[in-house]
Formats: sequence, C-alpha cells, structure tokens
Amino acid sequence: MSVLLGLFSLVAIGAGVFFFVAGTLALLRFPDSLSRLHALTKADNLGLGLVVLGLLPRAGSPLAALKLIVLWAIVQLSSATVAQLIGGALRRQDAAE
Amino acid sequence: MSPWIIAGFVGAGLVGLGLYALVVNAQPLRKLLAFNLIGSGVFLVFGIVARRGAVGPFPFDPVPQAMVITGIVVAFAASALAVALMLRFAEETGRVTLDPDVWTKPKPDDGAEDQ
Amino acid sequence: MILFDLGLAVLVLGVAAWTIAAREMFSAVVGYVAYGLLLAIVWVRLYAPDVALTEAAIGSGVTGVLLVVASKRLSLLPQADAPPGRGLKRAAAALSVLVAGVLAAAVLTLPDPAPSLAPEADRELAATGLGNAVTAVLIAYRSFDTMLEKVVLVLAVVGVWSVAPDRFWGGRPAPLGPPRPDAALVFLARVLAPIGIVIGVQMFWVGADEPGGAFQGGAILAAMAMIVMMARLTEPPRIDSGRLRLALIAGPAVFLVVGLAGPLMAGSFFAYPAGFAKPLILFIEGFMVLSIAVTLPLLVAGPPSRKGEE
Repeated sequence: MSVLLGLFSLVAIGAGVFFFVAGTLALLRFPDSLSRLHALTKADNLGLGLVVLGLLPRAGSPLAALKLIVLWAIVQLSSATVAQLIGGALRRQDAAE
Repeated sequence: MSPWIIAGFVGAGLVGLGLYALVVNAQPLRKLLAFNLIGSGVFLVFGIVARRGAVGPFPFDPVPQAMVITGIVVAFAASALAVALMLRFAEETGRVTLDPDVWTKPKPDDGAEDQ
Repeated sequence: MILFDLGLAVLVLGVAAWTIAAREMFSAVVGYVAYGLLLAIVWVRLYAPDVALTEAAIGSGVTGVLLVVASKRLSLLPQADAPPGRGLKRAAAALSVLVAGVLAAAVLTLPDPAPSLAPEADRELAATGLGNAVTAVLIAYRSFDTMLEKVVLVLAVVGVWSVAPDRFWGGRPAPLGPPRPDAALVFLARVLAPIGIVIGVQMFWVGADEPGGAFQGGAILAAMAMIVMMARLTEPPRIDSGRLRLALIAGPAVFLVVGLAGPLMAGSFFAYPAGFAKPLILFIEGFMVLSIAVTLPLLVAGPPSRKGEE
C-alpha cells in the first residue's frame, strides 16, 4: 500500500513539474503577452494541482493535508484574479493604441 | 562547497550589483531599488553567520536571524520614507532625477507652475 | 542538492541583474518582487524559515506594493535622465567588483569554529517556555532591540506624514487603487481578506513555537488591509484619527510598559517573571501585531494628500 502511495506521489509530482516546465517554456518562447498568459494559467494551475495531489499522501497529519489544500485554493484564487487583471490591462492597452 | 558558502557568494554578488546600480542610476527610485539589493546582500552574508553558528539542538544561531528579521522591517520603513521624500521632491520640482547636470539646464516645459 | 543551490544562486543573481538592467521602471519593480521570493528560498536553504517568511511578506510583498505605487506616480512625470558616461560606468564597475571580491574573501575566511550565541539563546528559550528560538530572541533575549525597532517604525510613519503639504495635515493619504477598480480585484479582496486575516492571526499565534511570529503575521494582516484599499472597499484613514494613532503606538507602548515593570516583577529591565513569561510575551506580541498591521499600510499609503471629508 505504502509503495503504491509512494509511486502515486512520484508520478503526480513528476507530472506537475512537467507542466510547470512546459508553462515556463511557453512564458519564455510565446510571442505576445496574451498567449503567454493563456499558457501560464493553464499549465501552472495543472502543475500546482498535481504537485499538491502528490504531496497529500506524504503530509504527516490530516491537518497538514488540509493546509496543503487551502494553499492550493488560495493560489488558484489569486492566480485566476491576477490573470484577469493582466488580461484587462492588456485589452485597455490595445484599445488605447 | 557547502550551501552556506554559495549563499555567502550570492550575498557578496548582490552587494556588488547593487553598488553598481546605486552609482550609475540618477533616478531616485532606481537608487532605492539598488539600495535594497545591497541591503539584502548584507542580510544574506549575516545569514550565513547565523547558519555557521549552529550549536547544540539548533541548525542555526537564532540571534543573527532575529536581527535580520528586524533589519528587513527597518529596511522597509526606510524605503517608505525614501519614497515619500522622492514623491514630494518630484511634486515640487516636476522632475525625477538626482543627476546634478540636469538641474543646470533649462527645464523643457518652462517652470511656470513654480510657486 | 548542490546543483539546486548553484542553480538558485545563478537565478537570484540573474534576476537581480535583470532588475538593474530593465529599461522600464515597472519591469524593474516586478523583477524585484520575483527576486525577493527567490531570496526567500535561499533563506529556507539556510535553515531560516522565519527570515524566509519575513523576506517574502515584507521584503518582497509589501516593499513591492510600495515600489509599484511609487513607480506609477513617478511615471506621470517627464524622465530627464542623462545616460551615465562610460568613465562613470567603468569606475562604478571596478568599485563594485572590488567590494564584492572583498566580501567574498571575507566569507571564505570567517573564523573557525564560528562564534555563536545559540547556547545563551537556548537558556533563554527554556526560561520563556517558547518553542521558537527566533521569537524568544526577539521578545526575550534581545527584547530591548525589538522594542526600539518598533519605535523606529513609528518614527518612519511620522517622517512620511511630515512630508505632506501643510494644507493637507490631518487629511487622508491618496487612494491606493484606481477610481473604478477591476471587478476581479474587488472579488479577490472580498474573498481573500477574511481568509488572510485568519492566516495572519494563526501565523502570529503559532510563532511562539513554530516558524512565524508578530512580524510575519502582522505583514499578512497589513497585506489584507492594502488589498481592501486597492479594491476601494475602504479608503486610507484620516491621519488625525485618535484610534488610528493609538493602534500605531500600542505595540511599542505596551512593550515599554511591560519592560519598565520588569524591575518590580522580575528584578531587571525587560525581564519577565518566572513562570509567567509566555502569556506576557503573547500579550506583548498581540499588540505588536496590531501596530505592524496598521503601520505597514500607512507607510505604503504615504503622506496625506487630500483633506478628506469627515
């Protein structure tokens, strides 16, 4: 059972890191701000979700696991908002030009 | 090479980078940024002193760490005061630079609003 | 792990260099925020989670807001910078390399075995009943320094306020957000502020035994106050408000009073009576959290710039 859980952790965290790397590559390579934003929000949200999922079996106590989930939820909330704000600012900038 | 030596070199490098920017930039906000870079470099060097002072149950010496914490807060307070001063300075003069040469040249938009 | 540390070092120095080189002031400020967060990871690697929290919350977060607001206000003015001359650049580079080299040499030749105050702090830790050595140093072993540092914060607020033109004295600082903030920001402020307040108080409370404490918790509460002001759900307070000023000085004042009562209760200044130290420390820290949570947003908001209707 514990071996299975360990394997699950490893796979989930590995997949999460893969998505983070993909998102970062997109941030560095994509041509304009909107497509970078698009790639980042998708890839990083998935990446963080998978990393947290992978860490859950390793959390020492239910309380620690709950903290991880709260952390994930707060990052979701703030990154979604920031993406909205950046998108809005870009649209206003385009309209001004 | 242990982690603390690397962190010490990072601190030294940050002080160097910050010093360069502090001298080269005439814009006060950039000087403030540079000043903060120097500050965090110094904190980092002090931080490795804390890491090396590990004795007994602690992996660190808590006294320098506590001083770095108060240092970070005081650095922020100093930055806030600096920002207030430079905003007021810019409001009074209509310019954002500490370059002495700029002040001897005539103003581009003519100082009609001077009180 | 050594690869991780080296990569992190390159990243920190790289982002710092980019911050200096960025052409736009705003990019430089954003770079500085990222730099602060990376630096927090370096602090974690140095076994300094308390410093890492402070660096992330105050060094990167609150300072970042301060610099963003300042760069926004300054960007409205014409830029009159003459690019620095080549001679100046060379001299500055030479000086920087020299200073950094000397510092690096000093790092390599630190005395061995390293001097340490950890045993003294450990003795104090046992006397206070706290579990977090850094909190014990801040509030017990070096309590006088921490009290004076709180006074410095109050002085900084007085300094910022005194920059105001006379006609605005007693008024409100300029708003932190645009006249019509984005709906997403308002939503974030409404949802995040209550959660953030709980986290801030929790961080202060566990700071007695685990990483955290009055500075870190206070900084999170301050961040919540600032996000609510940015969303224009509330305005920066009038600076002549009596309650505001009371909250501002509550931390150092309570600290000072308890410290002065030390000779009566425990035999010396800034000493705590045996067996009663922990509740007393938490009592002082509670007021310190309040003062920090009020001071940081006031420092970011700046001097009063409008009269402010009652």
